[in-house]
Amino acid sequence: MTNRIKVISRIPDARAQIRKKQLADIGLSAKIEDVQLVDVYTTDVELADAQLKEIAATLFSPIVQEVQVDEPGAPHKFDWSIEVGFLPGVTDNVGHTAREMFEDSLKTKFPLLQGVYSSQITFLSGDISAEDVVVIAKSLANPLIQSVRIRGYDEFQATVGMDVGVPRVQLDIKPTADLVNLLTATDEELVVIGKQGIANEDGTRRGPLALDLTYMKAIQSYFRKAGRNPTDVELESIAQTWSEHCKHTIFADPVDEIQDGIFSTFIKGATERIRQQRGRKDICVSVFKDNSGAIVFDEDHLITHKVETHNSPSALDPFGGAITGIVGVNRDTIGFGLGAKPVVNIYGFCFADPQDNRPLYKGAGFTQKMLSPRMIMNGVIHGVNVGGNCSGIPTPQGFLFFDESYRGKPLVFVGTIGLIPRESAGRPAHQKKAQPGDHIVMAGGRVGKDGIHGATFSSEAMDSGSPAAAVQIGDPITQKKLSDAIVKEARDLGLYNSITDNGAGGLSCSVAEMARECGGCFVKLDDVPLKYPGLEPWEIWCSESQERMTLAVPRERWHQFSELMSRRGVEAAIIGEFTSSGRCVVEYDGQRIMDVDMRFLHDGLPPKPMQTEDSLAVHEEPSTPLPDDLTESFHTMLSRLNIASFEFISQQYDHEVQGSSVLKPLPGKGRVNGPATVIRPLLHSEKGIAISQGLYPTYSQIDTYHMAACAIDTAIRNVVAVGADLDHLALLDNFCWCSSDEPERLAQLKRAAQACYDYAVAYSTPFISGKDSMFNDFKGYDENGEEIKISVLPTLLISSIGIMEDVTKTVSPDAKFPGDLVYLLGETFDELGGSEYYTMLGDQRGEKCIGNSVPQVDAGKNLKLYRAYFRCLGEGLIASAQSVHRGGLAVALAKTAMGGMLGMEITLENLPGSVSGNDFALYSESQGRLLVTICPENEDAFEEKLKDIPFAQVGTVTSDNRITIQGLTGGSVITTTLEAALQSYRSAFRDY
Amino acid sequence: MVQPNVLVLSGYGINCEEETRFSFQLAGARAETVHINDLVDGHRTLDDYQILVFPGGFSYGDDTGSGNAFARRVKNHLWEQVISFIQKDHLVIGICNGFQIMVHLGLLPALGDDYGQRQVALIHNKSARYLARWVDLKLESDSVWLRDIEKISLPIAHGEGKFYAPEEVLQELHEKNLIALKYVSGGMCSYQNLEPNPNGSLDDIAGITDETGRLIGLMPHPERAIAFTHLPNWPWLKEKYKREGQKIPGHGPGLQIFQNAVKYFE
Repeated sequence: MTNRIKVISRIPDARAQIRKKQLADIGLSAKIEDVQLVDVYTTDVELADAQLKEIAATLFSPIVQEVQVDEPGAPHKFDWSIEVGFLPGVTDNVGHTAREMFEDSLKTKFPLLQGVYSSQITFLSGDISAEDVVVIAKSLANPLIQSVRIRGYDEFQATVGMDVGVPRVQLDIKPTADLVNLLTATDEELVVIGKQGIANEDGTRRGPLALDLTYMKAIQSYFRKAGRNPTDVELESIAQTWSEHCKHTIFADPVDEIQDGIFSTFIKGATERIRQQRGRKDICVSVFKDNSGAIVFDEDHLITHKVETHNSPSALDPFGGAITGIVGVNRDTIGFGLGAKPVVNIYGFCFADPQDNRPLYKGAGFTQKMLSPRMIMNGVIHGVNVGGNCSGIPTPQGFLFFDESYRGKPLVFVGTIGLIPRESAGRPAHQKKAQPGDHIVMAGGRVGKDGIHGATFSSEAMDSGSPAAAVQIGDPITQKKLSDAIVKEARDLGLYNSITDNGAGGLSCSVAEMARECGGCFVKLDDVPLKYPGLEPWEIWCSESQERMTLAVPRERWHQFSELMSRRGVEAAIIGEFTSSGRCVVEYDGQRIMDVDMRFLHDGLPPKPMQTEDSLAVHEEPSTPLPDDLTESFHTMLSRLNIASFEFISQQYDHEVQGSSVLKPLPGKGRVNGPATVIRPLLHSEKGIAISQGLYPTYSQIDTYHMAACAIDTAIRNVVAVGADLDHLALLDNFCWCSSDEPERLAQLKRAAQACYDYAVAYSTPFISGKDSMFNDFKGYDENGEEIKISVLPTLLISSIGIMEDVTKTVSPDAKFPGDLVYLLGETFDELGGSEYYTMLGDQRGEKCIGNSVPQVDAGKNLKLYRAYFRCLGEGLIASAQSVHRGGLAVALAKTAMGGMLGMEITLENLPGSVSGNDFALYSESQGRLLVTICPENEDAFEEKLKDIPFAQVGTVTSDNRITIQGLTGGSVITTTLEAALQSYRSAFRDY
Repeated sequence: MVQPNVLVLSGYGINCEEETRFSFQLAGARAETVHINDLVDGHRTLDDYQILVFPGGFSYGDDTGSGNAFARRVKNHLWEQVISFIQKDHLVIGICNGFQIMVHLGLLPALGDDYGQRQVALIHNKSARYLARWVDLKLESDSVWLRDIEKISLPIAHGEGKFYAPEEVLQELHEKNLIALKYVSGGMCSYQNLEPNPNGSLDDIAGITDETGRLIGLMPHPERAIAFTHLPNWPWLKEKYKREGQKIPGHGPGLQIFQNAVKYFE
């Protein structure tokens, strides 16, 4: 018996009103007069009428809603109804909560395969055709995860409402482990298995293993020595462990003359050299070996940081991809050492212009249409909203970057900073070691088919074979319960020896990784809690179902651990034992289905030497006749997607939870997005963390070396500007590359990594963690059905964290008082290659303007400047400081003025450096510059401290609302008002 | 009694318990965080406390309506304890999600002493979107929680904070002076040029009390406004004080709400 409980609003529903507006935005000819929403809970649990009535009463507020059981629940008048529910097996958080409520109210437990499923009906009135309603339905649902039912009014009446659909998972198979013939397979067969996956009985393939011939042959040779064929479990497990996503082979393997690979040589190499040079002043504690990197915070605490990407899943299901990304990187914090507490979330999104409506298709013949940039953007923003807000982790810091190259695949950066005591239960909390004999424990969510092949999928370019099963939705509340129980209780009771998260590759990676600590493992897959029966053993082993941690629990602690988890509503189960056997052994249904040498599993992949081919592009400088009206170009610049206010995001991401906020994402009277934020993670201490990011993908079109250098300089400068100490500052790298197996792309990668080494060492700012994503390419078909490959610009995100002794010394970017003096520190040159100004010229001319004069970073010079500035800041001489980055001096000036809602009189006459025109002076993106305002009485003290630094007093803050800028040789070049500037600055996302 | 014992509830997605507990401690109380399941299974009891706090958060992910599912769990397991707690001369505060929980429990406003009966609602913001910003508030009730405060600025962060009540309930709230906090235009709104009422609440209502004034619920977060550096305009104020030769204050405005509660037991 299936029952449907419907909750209907009795008063105007804001959600329905907003939906009506959103439907108007998709540009339908239809006239939508009215929208009403009804929330539906479908249950297939056998319930008596009285029980049904009792639980229905728990689902609504009688003040504003009414509830109906098994009635149509429709308004009197409507023309169409659209019901959107989840497909079987897709995470349904609302249904899950309702189930828990019903069980709690009825004091019973429902059987595993019965439950509660949520859906929502949208009732529409208006002049809407059958074609219109299909378009509307498509905007409401993602077919990869949701089901849609549409009924017209008459049909709805005739069938008395919607069909009853119960998305119950039914898998009528007997799970077994199959043998895969490798012993006698030809090279051609090995290639097919590696690329398309293991064959099913019906001849279809299971999806990519992402193993090329070199790897397949190494596996073949291992099993030839063993004298047997591998099971599918073994092959899938090796594929997960060896995936680009997990092993980062492109970063690890030899390139040209670099035998140790790019990562060890340039990234880790930089950190090792810095640590050596610094000796006792080393700030690193745990770098590149755990789920996050950690540096010293204070005498009793460490700070961890990790930034991840979740690009491929976000292209398919933007909401699910982004929420899974953010709660996933939270687990990299919970899984650091013995468990750090997440204290800050960070985001960064690279999208195509949301107005770009050109369709893309994964399949030939206009099939498998990709989501539009606008839908991807909305979904991703919402995913991080729900993931971050629901988890109670402030999300103050982020950026948006737009370029056409992100049309096929967006880049979704998500990061988490954590706090961990140096010592917990008498042990150093950053160390962990599973011991032979410890129980292998899985805690948190259960295992389903979701996320199968996530690791191998993201290691491939996206084409029509990309599996929908890779899509999943996060459940932040299940994770929050788990996180609290671990980080706030179990850790400090000393209840486990080791912990790691289940991310890419699921148990196959987490258990095998922890087994390295003790030398082996034995797993019984029968004991893994499942969402539903019918999973093949390889699926249980490799599923990426979310919200799970794997722990090593000593036998004598199990009782206490298990009881604590149970009292916190967290499921935990013993699934095996850590051993010292040297082997990774897995059993299922009494059969040994995996038995592989640990060394082969982790280190058996043969290195694949790669060659690069340098091909530095040379772009002519665009002709740049001075625009007739620099004031107009100034306004256009402020309204550009890469410069504009993204207040609508800053305001929907809670940045004050945990009571740690110091410098908020929208500082100043004018609410202008700042490039850095500051938090104070300990409520009783004034010690703080300054956080920022830097990236310049457009510079990659010219030279990735300088692209990387600028990203590093900007990330550092941004936190220095607000008050971070250069001597207590660390970096993270996230390479999002494209076609990384092509020698030219590899050359770009190598140059970028070389810059990472050079500049990290020059600034003595160590890398502590990083992640790379090497194949951000879309292969499919364009709006004409022509084949197209869209590769993202080689993108490097540098994230920075700087420690501050005293957060009350924080300097915000907004101008403070009229009469204050405005200074530019640092030199300006004709460096506009890849700049926002050239890009803007290109957009206006309808052609690409790239140029070749990419900004170059003089670290020695900048270091001196930053240190001198830090001394001024320490003495309280700085009233405001703006790091000059994308958009150059003009944008920095505008942001300082708008931030303080104060006018400015500026002259470019004494600008340090050398520029050949007013527009170049305004928009050059020369690095190493800070725009500072100070109280006039500090003039002498300030200038004295800067005597060896290039700087100029460029004007004053005024009490009126005018921004005026005099040119290089005098004469007004920009005259506008604060109001006009703000209007431009806020125009791009006004309706978001 | 000099130092009250404060129980700050946690569990199931509540997430402001640590800073709320710290705020009470800073105000001079003994405060601890207690997981709701430790009350349900009898490990702890409300009898040991004088102040009960439903903190902010995302209990049950706001599914089935913010605060609804957590309120059900309290009703199913702890209702008698809660009733007996409020019948004593004790204090209860619900902040944001905690306010939503108290409303679903019928602890607020409990007109006619009808504790347990839902009388008002907190529904989706008029933007249907989560919103985090500061607001200005005018305080008019005689609640012990709000003594000696006329105006205060605090942050909000919620998706379902629009106060709604049927006309007759609204009227009674006004008549009995139970509207504790109202959104008004003040320092922060003019500082950042923001509209006073952030979510479309009826009559600009941000918080209410029961008829005793000992039970209060509010959407804004006083625990996020206990330090000077919590204020959105603190960098500007710091510069101003510096130029006037004054020291910067140590605390933020929210602290007084917690201090009022502690003073009640002196």
